[in-house]
Amino acid sequence: MTTASETIQLKPADFASDQEVRWCPGCGDYAILKAIQRTLAELGVKRENTVFVSGIGCASRFPYYMSTYGFHTIHGRAPAFATGIKLANPELDVWVVTGDGDGLSIGGNHTLHILRRNVNVQICLFNNEIYGLTKGQYSPTSRQGTVSPSSPKGSLEQPLSACAFALGAGARFVARSVDTMQKHLIEVLKRAHEHHGASFTEIFQNCIVFNDKAFADFTDREIAADRQVHVDHGAPLLFGKDREKGLRLKPGTLQLEAVTVGQDGVTEDDILVHDEKDRALAQLLVAMEPPELPVALGVVYCDPAPVYEDQVESRLDAACCGDLNDLLRSGRTWCVDCD
Amino acid sequence: MSANSPDGGGADGNGSGVAASSRASLGRREIRDEIVIRFAGDSGDGIQLTGSQFAIESALAGSDIATLPDYPAEIRAPAGTTYGVSAFQVHFGSVDIRTSGDELDVLVAFNPAALKVNLDDLRIGGMVIVDESSFTDRNLKKADYESNPLEDDTLARHQLIKLDVTRLTEEAVKDFGLSSKDARRSRNLWALGLMLWMYGRDRSATVDWLKGKFGKKPDIMNANIAALNAGHAFGETAEMPSDIVGYTVAAADVAPGLYRTITGTEATAYGLLAGARAAGLGRIVFGSYPITPASPLLHAMAQLAEYGVVTFQAEDEIAAICSAIGASYGGALGVTSSSGAGVALKTEAAGLAVGAELPLIIVNAQRAGPSTGMPTKAEQADLLQALHGRHGEAPLAVVAAATPGDSFEVAMEAVRLATKYMTPVILLSDAYLMNAAEPWAIPDVNKLPSFPVQFRTDPEGYHPFLRDPETLARPWARPGTPGLEHRVGGLERDYETGDISYDPENHARMTEARAAKIAGIADDIPLQKPELGPENATLAVVGWGSTYGPIYQGVTKAREEGYHVAHIHLRYLSPFPRNLGELLKSYDRILVPEMNRGQLVSVLRDRYLIQGEALTKVQGQPFKIAEIYEAIRTRLG
Repeated sequence: MTTASETIQLKPADFASDQEVRWCPGCGDYAILKAIQRTLAELGVKRENTVFVSGIGCASRFPYYMSTYGFHTIHGRAPAFATGIKLANPELDVWVVTGDGDGLSIGGNHTLHILRRNVNVQICLFNNEIYGLTKGQYSPTSRQGTVSPSSPKGSLEQPLSACAFALGAGARFVARSVDTMQKHLIEVLKRAHEHHGASFTEIFQNCIVFNDKAFADFTDREIAADRQVHVDHGAPLLFGKDREKGLRLKPGTLQLEAVTVGQDGVTEDDILVHDEKDRALAQLLVAMEPPELPVALGVVYCDPAPVYEDQVESRLDAACCGDLNDLLRSGRTWCVDCD
Repeated sequence: MSANSPDGGGADGNGSGVAASSRASLGRREIRDEIVIRFAGDSGDGIQLTGSQFAIESALAGSDIATLPDYPAEIRAPAGTTYGVSAFQVHFGSVDIRTSGDELDVLVAFNPAALKVNLDDLRIGGMVIVDESSFTDRNLKKADYESNPLEDDTLARHQLIKLDVTRLTEEAVKDFGLSSKDARRSRNLWALGLMLWMYGRDRSATVDWLKGKFGKKPDIMNANIAALNAGHAFGETAEMPSDIVGYTVAAADVAPGLYRTITGTEATAYGLLAGARAAGLGRIVFGSYPITPASPLLHAMAQLAEYGVVTFQAEDEIAAICSAIGASYGGALGVTSSSGAGVALKTEAAGLAVGAELPLIIVNAQRAGPSTGMPTKAEQADLLQALHGRHGEAPLAVVAAATPGDSFEVAMEAVRLATKYMTPVILLSDAYLMNAAEPWAIPDVNKLPSFPVQFRTDPEGYHPFLRDPETLARPWARPGTPGLEHRVGGLERDYETGDISYDPENHARMTEARAAKIAGIADDIPLQKPELGPENATLAVVGWGSTYGPIYQGVTKAREEGYHVAHIHLRYLSPFPRNLGELLKSYDRILVPEMNRGQLVSVLRDRYLIQGEALTKVQGQPFKIAEIYEAIRTRLG
């Protein structure tokens, strides 16, 4: 039980509930839980003002492990519950925790609409490219050919890019990180929290049981530097062990290409500078896939726009405060035997 | 222009119809107790407006009234077709009016299709007024008339008044320089003027309304007023056939007070709001998704921002209920609305609200199903869905509105139960109730009951499923309250701590606790009394929802004729009132009229092991009083 007043600075452990965490040993969710608890501690938020809302899936057990308010809802619908919570009390700091099945398959519609409306919540989508809780079926982000209990000869469907979907839905903040990149993840989550409006953060999360090493092609230590570009607003899009590689527009096209500075006459001036307000660039960045192009990590897009519940509140304030007796007597009335 | 009367008159046994008229001198007015008029025409003819203005003028003149709009599902069906006919029925009188009327005394038909669709409802000897200029070959063909019904014997048993309403309207508005199409659009007001004359109604409220509505288009406004006045003057100035007279319908004997007309939609909206106020909740979050016939409630709630109502038009039915549940978790009153097909989509989330034990109101404006069925027509076939339509053992409270005005009290009661017992409540209404209107004695809000919510603030000894020993409700702890941080969700919760529990005994205990909480509401609602008649009568006619009006009047009529019959009306369907079984067993026979295939009767049989007989009707139309009366008479002969 927490204390009634929280004037003291809380530590990450203060954001942990007394419940035993029941993810599989080695699950990437542990690292994300730790990162979010650290993020909240570093942000200095109050437990009583913080609400974690989730749907169904491994990721969606998340609220039970936090000492804040939490609502573990039904499959795919967390964005709708979160919207209702914000409409009831816009002062609450609401986080939505979802997964690739929960947020992009059964709940794709709600993810689309909460982003489109720009409700001020932080959406964290743990993408492990598999259904974990139901024991390993392929998900909408699984790569084509994924062999699973429901696709014994390999899945046929083209995978969905979570960030491309979010951008297409009109998201004003889109970011990416990886479960194992604690420092990077915390910085990204802080930016997501700072953003006023719906933030969408895709966190690549390793499912050690059903889809182990799904992201090894860009997260393995030996190749990570060449397969990841860490985007940073105003900085050139450089990557590689010695930051010798960079991204530029392939001459005469609207396509990105990876080039090496100093080779073939390429100079650092040729390298694109990241502009997080550039939606078109964001679309190109999130579409990059290894090995041809590095995976873009960090705040890919951030361009704030009016927030849904702020507009709702301003209309309520403008309309306040009607007398119910007057309302019932509005329109035509008549009196029987009145003096 | 001509009129024919059926030989020998055609008055029915009630003697209430206009056809009972004998030849009368001009200026004379005959007295009638009650009249049923239906205006019918194309959906673009302004029928709804005409009917509702007539109803308002009648109410202002002191009549008791009940109204029923009947409009097609298509927004603008092709003109002149039978499926494009829109109608509005007004039942008014000096007597107690509780339904929109069994049979028509007067049918005003603007075209052949309107005549075709509605003629069967006109009683023998009833009056039919038509715009004869619309009975062209083309329109007759569209309405599938092989010969002109104004000229053959189709209307032989009725009193026909043929008027060239189109020409008379054009004549009346010729000074305003309108196109003939615009001029023709005032036909409805000309006819309204005539009907207002015929029943001695004032027309100043209509003039005021036209001034408000068309103030920015003075030509249209003036033309409409001129058409209204011309129709009235036509009746006044001896142009009418001599056997058509005016009628006087005295003021009804109604309780003193301030009145307005109210639809079920309006009363539901206001009742929810009054309920939220009574609960001390400053905010309603109304999450809904458009669906006929519930959408007007969304529209009505959207008008109430200044009273703390947030309307959220969700992306689908599921998001609508989920947003409402989220809002209740957040400390506001979450409400969602739909019709049966949409409620079906909400059932998974309703199960969560049962399990998480959060207040929630689900308004179901029932329509004829299954699937899209007949979206504008009423049915009561979602009772079993309301009682049982969820996964798992998921009991909740169910209440039903009886009349448009009753929707106010029932909505308030739904809020009381939802907040006091931390439970979803289903409020059953239907397409008829939502659209129908009746006079409503406006309550003083300050004198309504109050039932303030006590939000939990004390962290001492708190856990989220700590039950109130009396109500068994769990505490409502709003996020934002220090020290009460807690997690709720769909997973089963431990009775003693509220934490997740998969313990078999605990699940059984929680399942029983949730059931006992709802069952216990029976101690907090009034004991069931007969609406009419005594206990221990030979027959009880038992109903719920919008069948209230026809059952009440059918039983009244039977009782006047000496039949030993009672009327029992159920507002509470889950749980039932504590004494219901005992009460039902005091009657020799039970008859349950329902607009379904016998859902309530099956529940009553199951619950109380009584012999109940169903009287069913699934035509998308309310019961007629005569159908109830006949059912009583044949059983008690």
